[in-house]
Amino acid sequence: MKRLAAYFAGAALLAGMLAAPAWSGAEPDYQQVHDGRYQAILGDCMGCHTQPGGRAFAGGAALETGFGAIFAPNITPDAATGIGGWSEEQFRRAVKQGVSPGGKRLYPAMPYPSYAKMSDEDVANLYAYMQSVEPVQRRSTPSRLRFPYNIRALMIVWNWLYFQPGPRKLDASKTAEWNRGADIVIGPGHCGTCHTPKTFLGADTSAALTGASLDGWFAPDITANARRGVGGWSVAELVAYLKTGHNSHSMASGPMAEAISYSTSKMDDSDLKAIAVYLKHVPASSAAAGSALAADDPHMRAGAEIYQDNCAACHGMDGKGENAIFPPLAGNPIVGQTSAETLARVVLAGTQSADTKGAPTQPAMPSFAWRLNDAQLADVLSYVRGNWGGGGPVSAGTVAQLRRDLRPNRR
Amino acid sequence: MAKLMPRRDVVIVGFGWTGAILAQELTEAGLDVLAIERGPWRDTATDFNIGYMPDELRYAIRRELFLQPSQEAITMRNDLTQTALPMRDYGSFLPGAGVGGAGVHWNGFSWRYLASDFILKTHLTQKYGAKKFDGLTIQDWGVTWDEIEHCFDKFEYVAGVSGKAGVIKGVVQPGGNPFEGSRSREYPNPPLKMPYSSSLFTKAATEYGLHPFPSPSANISRPYVNSLGVAMGECTYCGYCERFGCANYSKAAPQTTILPVLMKKDNFELRTESEVLTVNLHPDGKTAKSVTYVDTSGNEYEQPADLVIMAGYGLMNVRMMLLSRIGKPYDPNTNEGVVGRNYCYQTGGGGASMIFDDKRFNPFMGAGALSSSAHDFNSDMDHSKLDFVGGCSIGSGESNGRPIQGRPTPPGTPRWGSKWKDATAKTYGHVMSIGGSGSSYAQRGNYLDLDPTYTDNFGRPLLRITFDFPDNDIRMQNWVGEQCVKIAKTLNPKILTSGKARKGWNSVPYQTTHNTGGAIMGADPKTSAVNRYLQNWDVSNVFVMGACAFPQNSAMNPTGTVAALAYWAAEAITTRYIKNPGPLVQA
Repeated sequence: MKRLAAYFAGAALLAGMLAAPAWSGAEPDYQQVHDGRYQAILGDCMGCHTQPGGRAFAGGAALETGFGAIFAPNITPDAATGIGGWSEEQFRRAVKQGVSPGGKRLYPAMPYPSYAKMSDEDVANLYAYMQSVEPVQRRSTPSRLRFPYNIRALMIVWNWLYFQPGPRKLDASKTAEWNRGADIVIGPGHCGTCHTPKTFLGADTSAALTGASLDGWFAPDITANARRGVGGWSVAELVAYLKTGHNSHSMASGPMAEAISYSTSKMDDSDLKAIAVYLKHVPASSAAAGSALAADDPHMRAGAEIYQDNCAACHGMDGKGENAIFPPLAGNPIVGQTSAETLARVVLAGTQSADTKGAPTQPAMPSFAWRLNDAQLADVLSYVRGNWGGGGPVSAGTVAQLRRDLRPNRR
Repeated sequence: MAKLMPRRDVVIVGFGWTGAILAQELTEAGLDVLAIERGPWRDTATDFNIGYMPDELRYAIRRELFLQPSQEAITMRNDLTQTALPMRDYGSFLPGAGVGGAGVHWNGFSWRYLASDFILKTHLTQKYGAKKFDGLTIQDWGVTWDEIEHCFDKFEYVAGVSGKAGVIKGVVQPGGNPFEGSRSREYPNPPLKMPYSSSLFTKAATEYGLHPFPSPSANISRPYVNSLGVAMGECTYCGYCERFGCANYSKAAPQTTILPVLMKKDNFELRTESEVLTVNLHPDGKTAKSVTYVDTSGNEYEQPADLVIMAGYGLMNVRMMLLSRIGKPYDPNTNEGVVGRNYCYQTGGGGASMIFDDKRFNPFMGAGALSSSAHDFNSDMDHSKLDFVGGCSIGSGESNGRPIQGRPTPPGTPRWGSKWKDATAKTYGHVMSIGGSGSSYAQRGNYLDLDPTYTDNFGRPLLRITFDFPDNDIRMQNWVGEQCVKIAKTLNPKILTSGKARKGWNSVPYQTTHNTGGAIMGADPKTSAVNRYLQNWDVSNVFVMGACAFPQNSAMNPTGTVAALAYWAAEAITTRYIKNPGPLVQA
C-alpha cells in the first residue's frame, strides 16, 4: 500500500510536469489499478514474466519453443530495465500489436494475438496496475532463437499472414455468460497459446483448443470432447479444477499448475463459470488418439504387472485413485490425449500438483526414470492408456526421446 | 566471529513434530517464526520415493534417515560408579535427523496417556500410600487430563488417527479401550483392518477376561483431509513404516499433515542443515537473546529472537539446556537441581512368542501400528496384591515382515547357513507374538548430564546417560510377561517362548526410541525444569518441547502425548505469553 501511495504521488507530480502525460491528464484512480490487477490475473502475466522464486514480473524463466528459448522480459516499472519509461500508448502497442517501443517486434510467445481482443480500457487499466507494482532492476535475458527465427523483422510477414487484430465479435445467439467466457478464453486468458495446435510457423491452426505440445508438456484437449476434453466434466467440476487445480477427474501440474496458481485460482467465480460454460461448447475434437492394444498383447500384460508393482499402491488397481491425494487414471483426460507426452513426462520426471488456497496438499508424483527402462515405461504407459480408454500404445522410442529431452544439459 | 542475523519473533530449534506444531500455531497467531534444523529437507515424493523407499538395507539396516554418531554421539553407563563410554553406533534407540525428525520414521502408534498418568504421584499415594513406590522419584505432571484432552483431540484430527474410542464424554464405547480417559469425540478415522494375529489375540484376551481393542494408528485407514485441509492417502499395509518415510502419504508426519500449509506462509522460514550450538542468554540469565548456529560450511551465525522453542529430540533438548546453562543441572548425590532429572526409558521385556504349524499369518501385510491392544495391565491396574507399580499395554499385530529383520526361527536354530535358511523359510508366516510396551519410572541414580571426557566436532561435551531399569520395573515386566504367556498358551502354539526382563540396560540391541525425562514439567521449580506450560522456570522466553518433559514414562508410545503437550504449550504462548511475556507461573 505504501508503494501504491508513493506511486500515486509520483504520477501526480509527473502529470503536473508534463504537458501530455501518459494518463491523458488524469492521475490513475484506485479503481483503475484494481481493475488492472484483475486484467493481469486474467492474462496470467505473472506466469511467464516471473521466475520460480523470483521477484514478481521481473522476467521469467526460459520458455522452450520449437524455435528456441524465449525469456519473458522484466515488465516492472523500473525505468532502466523494465517498462517504467513506457507511455500507455507504447504499452498498448506492445500488448495488443506485438510491437515494443522503438519498433522491435515481439514473438507471439507474448500472446498479443490474444491480447489484441482486449478492450483499450482493459489495457489502460492493466497499464495503470503494471506501473504500480514494485520496480525491480533486472536486465531481461535475451531470447535464444535459431536462425532465421532470430530475425525479429520477419514477424512483419508473420503478422501479415496470421495476425487478426480487433475485438472478438459478440455472438448474440449465445448467452451473456457464454460470451464472457469466450472473451476471456480467446482474449486475455490466451488459452489457445498452449492448447491450440500450431502451424510450422507457430500460428494457431483452425483446430482450436484440441491440444498441443509445448515446452516438454502436452497441453491437453480442452474442447467438449467427452473423453479427452472437458465434455465429461460438469461446469462445477471444471470450475473446481480452475479454482483449486484439483477435481475428481484430474490434478493440474506443470505449466497448467502455474496458470492456475497465478491466474485462474484468483479469478472471480462468475468468470470461472463463464469459462467453463464456454469451453463445454467448444466443438469437440475428432482426431483419434489411436486404438488400444488387445488386453492379451504381451506389452499390455507386461504393463499390467509393472503397473501393479509401481503404480497401484497410490492410483489403485482399478485406476480410480483417492480423493484429493492421488488422481484417478481411469477417466483422466491426461491419459487419453492424442500425445502421451505429459503422461510419460510425469512418470519419468515426477511432478507436483498446483498450489492453491483451496487445495494446499500439493501431492507429488515421484520420478520413475531411474527405475524403469524405456521398454518398461512404454509398456506401463500403453497399459494405462489402453486399459482406461485412453488410446494407442506408446513406443519405447518415444520414451527414449522424451528421456533425452528431459536431461538438464539439453535445456 | 558469528554473523549477526536480523531479529525474529520466534526461533525454533529442531524441526520434527513439535517444531512443526509450534511453527504452525505461532504463525497462525501472527508471529514471525524461523525454524533451524540441522538435518536436510525431506519430502514425500522426492525423498520417500515409492520406488526405492521399501529398501530395508538402506533405511532399516544402514539407517539413512537417522542421526549418526558422527554428528552427535552420546555416552552411557549403568550407574554412578562406572565410567561412561560413547556409543559407537546408535542401537538401543534411534533418534531422527532432518525435517520431520522422528515423526518421519515412527511406527504410528498414537496414544493418549491415561488420565491417572498425569497425576501419578497423587494417584498412587491415594491408592496405596507413598510407601508402595518407595525409592522411585515419581512426580505429577502439573497438568491434568481434563486440561489437555482438547490438545490430544487437536493432534488426532491433524494426524488422521485411526482408532476406536473407548470412552466418549464419560460413556464407555463398545469395542474401544474402557480404561482410557474420557474423550470429547470419536477418532477422525475408523481402525485399520485387523490382521489374523490381532483377531487371535482379541479372541484369546477376551476369553482371558481382558478388554482388547484396535490400537490407535497414525497409519490411516482411509483417505482423509485433515483439520488443516491437507489430504492423506489410505494405508496400503506395505509394512515399511518404522525406520522409513511413508511413500503413500498414509502415515502422519509433519510432511503429510502440517508442512504443506506451513511452508507457504510468509511469516515462516525454515533453515535446514544448520546446527544450533547454543542458546545465548542476556547477562542477567533470565531471558535468552539469541541462538548461535553453524552451517555446513562451518560459518557461524547469531540469530536473535524474542522467544526460543527447543524442539529437538528430548535428549538433545536436555543437552542444549546444559550447554546453554539454562536451569540448574541435576546432581544425583544431593538430589538437587532439575536439568537431567528423572530420565526414564520404556520397558517391554517379557512377552510371548509363538510358532504354529496350523496357522498362517501374512506378516508382509502390515502397518507400523497395526495391532490390537489391551490395557487391563496398564499402569492403573490394581497393584494392591502386587510388588510393583506401573504396567504394560499388551497386544499383538503385524507391523512388518521384512526380508532382513523379519526372519524368526525356533529356539536352537543356527544363526547362519543352510539350516538357518531352511528354518526361516519354514517359520516365516507362522509366528505370532504378544508383547508389551511398559512404564518406566524414575529413580535417583538415573539421570542425564554432560560427559566430563568426550566432546563433539565443535568441542562441546557429549550428553551422558546414566541408567538402569529400577527393580520395580523389572518385577512389573516379568509379571506382565507371565500374563502374556498364560494368554498365549490358550492359543495352543507348537512352540512358545518368552523372555525375562533383567537388570543391566544395554545400549546395543534396539529396544525403543522412547527416551523420556531430563527436562521434566511440574508444579515445583525445585523438582522440575519447566513449568506446566513447558516454559523454563529460570529463562522465561525458553520453552522446551518433547518427551524430556515427561516426569516418568507411561506404558504407551509417547508421540501422541508429546504432540498434545506441544499444542498445550502453543496455546499458552498464543493466548497468554504474547500478551504479557514473562513467567506464566510464578516460582
